[in-house]
Amino acid sequence: MGSFAGGELPSDDVIVPALRAGDEAMFAALLDTWSRGMLRVARSYVPTDHSAEEVVQDTWLAVIGGIDDFEGRSSVKTWIFRILVNTAKKRGVRERRTLPWSAVKDDGGTIAGQSLDLVPPGGWQDPPAAWPTPEKEVLASEVRGLIGEVLARLPPRQRIVITLRDVEGCTSDEVCEILKISAANQRVLLHRARVAVRGWLADYFEFARQPD
Amino acid sequence: MKRFIQQTRAVNVVKRFTCGELVELLTAYLDDALDPPEREGVHAHLAGCEGCSRYLEQFRATIVALGDPPPEKLPADLRKRLMSAFRERRRS
Repeated sequence: MGSFAGGELPSDDVIVPALRAGDEAMFAALLDTWSRGMLRVARSYVPTDHSAEEVVQDTWLAVIGGIDDFEGRSSVKTWIFRILVNTAKKRGVRERRTLPWSAVKDDGGTIAGQSLDLVPPGGWQDPPAAWPTPEKEVLASEVRGLIGEVLARLPPRQRIVITLRDVEGCTSDEVCEILKISAANQRVLLHRARVAVRGWLADYFEFARQPD
Repeated sequence: MKRFIQQTRAVNVVKRFTCGELVELLTAYLDDALDPPEREGVHAHLAGCEGCSRYLEQFRATIVALGDPPPEKLPADLRKRLMSAFRERRRS
């Protein structure tokens, strides 16, 4: 009872007072709606599932401790994801000794296997081959698994942006606010990431189409 | 974002793109972030280019596939700990 699981969350004007009043059903609804996405985003920063879970835990604890001070200058969702990103970033730096976000220079660049898509100046010499139809369900589940691997191969900033936008369904405004990046930068990162993922899927389908 | 040479004729301003340029614009196109001449240019190009149309179709299919990730769940013990942390807070 009182669960929002599977449904839409109410608006922030309802969520915030409910959390402040200690409404457990509301807290449970937020946990169940956003934790999955939070785990996925956390994984873009930290090397293990265990660390990702701790990042999510620490984020929720910060939310519990901070809800009384929440000023509503952003939505509850971007506020929470912003805490998550900051928590994950710190932990990622500590555990993986990765460069902090601001120092990562891979934003617009390409990585191995990612530039294969560039169309030659004269147009498509070899236009993209047709993909199998989505009715083939075995293929669909294989693709899901493949996408997880493919995301892990992306440069960190591209992975984080595409995870927020395309996996979690955040709007571009939300992503810019969560990551504190410009709309143009967000779009470049997202585009590079999508091009790479499409390219890897195309390679996969080409291989899968080979006769047995 | 790259700049493209605009056609000089004032009537029916449509930008012309190569396939390589078009592919680079697709995320902006799908975000509805192109100005009208650019958007018209994309439409005009797509109408006559099978390769780019198929690329766009696959780009969309990729986005759909990304939005359907394997299920994921907060471990039950962690969820329980967080629920009790929330409960605790009201008592303090």
